[in-house]
Amino acid sequence: MSRREGPPAWMDLVIQWYCKSELLEDLQGDLHEYYERNSKKGRTRADFIYLLDVVKFCRLYTIRNPKIVGRMTFFNLVGNYFKTSTRSLIRNRLFSTINIAGLAISMSIGILMITYISELLSFDTFHKKADRTFRIVSRYESISNDPFDLASTSVFIGKKLKEEYSGFEDLLIMRRNFRKDIAKGDNIIALSGLYSTREFFDVFSFNLISGNPATALEAPYSLVLTEETAKKLFKDKNPVGEIVTSGDESYTITGVMENIPRNSHIQFEALASFETLDSKNRNLEGTTLYNWSSIWQNHVYLVLPKGESPDRINGALVEIADVENAKTDRYTINHKLENILKIVPGEEMSNQIGPSMAWIGIWQLVLLTLFVIVSACFNYTNLSIARSLRRAKEVGVRKVVGASRKQVFTQFIFEAVIVSVVSLFISYILFLLFRPGFKELFLENGMLSLEFEWIYGLYFLAFALLIGLVAGVLPSIFLSKLKAISIFRDASSIKLLKGVNLRKVLIVIQFTISIFLIIGSTIAYRQYKFALNFELGFETENVLNLSLQNNDSKVLKAEIEKLPEVSKISRSGMIPNTGEVWAERFKYNDPLDSVEAYVNFTDKNYFDLHQYEFVAGGTFPFDQEEGDAKFVIIDELMRKRFNFETPESAIGETLTIVSERDNPKVEIAGVVSEFQYVKVHNEPEPCAVIQGTPEDYRHLNLLVQTVDPIALMDKLESIWSSIDKVHTFEALFYDEQIQEAYDSQATLFKIFGFLAFLAISIATMGLLGMAVFTTETRIKEISVRKVMGATVRHLVFILSKGFVVMLLVAAAIAIPLAYLFFSEMVMEDFVNRITIGPLELLSGVALVFTIGFLTISWQTRKAARTNPAEMLRNE
Amino acid sequence: MKGTNLGEFEEVVLLTIASLMDEAYSVNIVDEISKVTGRKTKLGVVHAVLKRMEDKGLITSELGEPTKERGGRRKRFFQVSHGGKIALLKSKEQRDKLWNLIPDVVFQGVR
Repeated sequence: MSRREGPPAWMDLVIQWYCKSELLEDLQGDLHEYYERNSKKGRTRADFIYLLDVVKFCRLYTIRNPKIVGRMTFFNLVGNYFKTSTRSLIRNRLFSTINIAGLAISMSIGILMITYISELLSFDTFHKKADRTFRIVSRYESISNDPFDLASTSVFIGKKLKEEYSGFEDLLIMRRNFRKDIAKGDNIIALSGLYSTREFFDVFSFNLISGNPATALEAPYSLVLTEETAKKLFKDKNPVGEIVTSGDESYTITGVMENIPRNSHIQFEALASFETLDSKNRNLEGTTLYNWSSIWQNHVYLVLPKGESPDRINGALVEIADVENAKTDRYTINHKLENILKIVPGEEMSNQIGPSMAWIGIWQLVLLTLFVIVSACFNYTNLSIARSLRRAKEVGVRKVVGASRKQVFTQFIFEAVIVSVVSLFISYILFLLFRPGFKELFLENGMLSLEFEWIYGLYFLAFALLIGLVAGVLPSIFLSKLKAISIFRDASSIKLLKGVNLRKVLIVIQFTISIFLIIGSTIAYRQYKFALNFELGFETENVLNLSLQNNDSKVLKAEIEKLPEVSKISRSGMIPNTGEVWAERFKYNDPLDSVEAYVNFTDKNYFDLHQYEFVAGGTFPFDQEEGDAKFVIIDELMRKRFNFETPESAIGETLTIVSERDNPKVEIAGVVSEFQYVKVHNEPEPCAVIQGTPEDYRHLNLLVQTVDPIALMDKLESIWSSIDKVHTFEALFYDEQIQEAYDSQATLFKIFGFLAFLAISIATMGLLGMAVFTTETRIKEISVRKVMGATVRHLVFILSKGFVVMLLVAAAIAIPLAYLFFSEMVMEDFVNRITIGPLELLSGVALVFTIGFLTISWQTRKAARTNPAEMLRNE
Repeated sequence: MKGTNLGEFEEVVLLTIASLMDEAYSVNIVDEISKVTGRKTKLGVVHAVLKRMEDKGLITSELGEPTKERGGRRKRFFQVSHGGKIALLKSKEQRDKLWNLIPDVVFQGVR
């Protein structure tokens, strides 16, 4: 081991670290001198004393000042950075405009996303016990269908938990579909609300304005109104204790609660006590309310004690499910707990109690938004690097004066941040402009307000900083790398072409995104039109569907039939091809074989009116005005499913409808060829039309012949209001209803279209910037070429060549990508869909090419036409 | 006025620096104080006092040539400044005045 001289090195490092540099040298020297002396008496001892000294000399006057000074330079220079940045921005007006406009456009949808997601995340946070309030969700699996997840559950599970298990503070059972016309004197309003057990106000933090929260929902026929509803019904009077009527039932108002905040996943106008249902059903024979399988309309919430994990209750739920599922082999139902904060946004589930939003949809939107934002950042990066020669001298001077690389980097990041913050303000104005449109497109029932809250201001600022950072990082690295000496020695030695590949890649990516989005919107549009014009197997033209809303169909029909414009009239339960689905289970001779079929209930005129095509038999022989249905009409799919050899052989056979109580038998009256019951992109299933009885009807179908539909609507409405004074008249042409049903596809097309528009605008602006830059830098070359005899056409060709290649590469990437994405992912499950052909794929490309080429040629032609003498005069 | 008068230890250090002339650097000062006064002094104390007096302007300092024994580090040599000299003289003057006032009888038997 080599003998070391002096004290251990690490001790020296300690003192060097903390000690002021002006004191360090002699202090350390002194200590070393002492060390020398001490080491004669033993090294360990000397080491120890040295260490003590090092520690002892760590005093206020020896410690270095914290490095504030180094950091202060940024703040000292901010003024200067700001000045140079704004000057440079103003000098390059075109480029600044392109940058700021692009960033502002993309940031406005960024702001929208931030507002949108923040507001979604605020859902249900106002409940004081939110973190330990859970609801029970269900998963239903049967042999014939895919499993599906429900936000609803059974009353059974709620009661079972309450009676036989413990480990929760409160348990609440609710049921949807409390729909009544509530009357107070002459004032009648249609209310929709929920049934709830009395724990409602313990579990949730909704406040009662008047009434006792503990007992408000205890007695049967108790009703709690929201403030808004109470106003409608009672004006300014306090309604507590008042009696209201609904048909032959009467309810007591036991409370008025504050209006429900927008960000609650539970929305209602009124709450009725669950006891109302209980008292009706408790002793009723054959009631299905308490069945294990009645999982479609009920919701169970519970509050766990503080610090308790949901595992125990989940265990109990599995235990109960094991016992109950063993009783049948037709289906299995499983339950689990879900925290109420995870509902909006949350998993995708059916039968939600109120508004819902699935994470998957949010991520898709965020992804598309990112595309556009990234594209705008690329513009900034590209143009800044391209223009860096202009700033090179400035960087050189700064470096000579003593700026470090880090400082130059900071300066250009700062400049990018200035641009992004300026863009932020413009983007907020843009955001205000398209907010109403967005709300209308995506947010039904005004689920979100998208109003500004002060906290969003911070998010926006953080977002702007981030954008500045992302956009500015590459140019800043590029500029800070420049060496002062090479800048001054020979400015042309800085390779302008440095980073050219990077720039090309960025432009290609931008155009790939644009082409991808535009192909997406083309495909979505074509699929939408395809669905609207699909051959349905029946006629919808001039069919007006009028919603009965529980009115007597006979009375209304008799009145409307008198109108000369109405040539035919029929009644039906549901409207096919609008997304609505009703189902029943049928059996033929084999008791073990049953078929789940989509059904409708109609009268005998329905088929004639809609021009269904019968392959055998005909419509129902008569209309059943009371009692059970006697006949059924099936489609070809159903006939084949039950193995009837020919359509004719099915006529007269009897099918059994499997139901909870009696199993009615129906005779097959006719067979129609296949028709579109479900929406066009869904899998067709066997369909049956059962002879309707008055309680089955929900709609009147009118075949109308008129040149003035508005006048007809007025006539119909006056008939309606003479019969029903409570509900508003609702009638729509069948074609409009179909159009509404395919709104989601229209929305898809609008989003893609809108984003494609933004992406193309941004990419085109970027392209324009690059074209201007290239022609500017090559203006001398162009002039020389022109003097030598090059034609304008030739020059345009030379200048545009590079860009055209980039567009081609972008198209080569985007086309297969879009094809795979839409054909293999988005539309994979669509049964009836358009084939994605050259028309869909190439039309977008053609559009982008045209725009791109116009942009380039505008600039290049301008350059090619300049008079070379003007350019070369000063050489 | 506080601050114009020297502290006791300050005075000792100042006098030592004055007496050491060109050889007054911290380690030497500590050694000299121990040798002359017999007081055990620590480098830390002396170092702090030197720093304080330099701030007050009583002494000045400069770095010397690098020496081998200190691992090539330079020594900081101290000199009493004009202000320091005045302060020392003033202090001596005050004491002499007081001494002169004391009658000889007071110290009879002690000397």
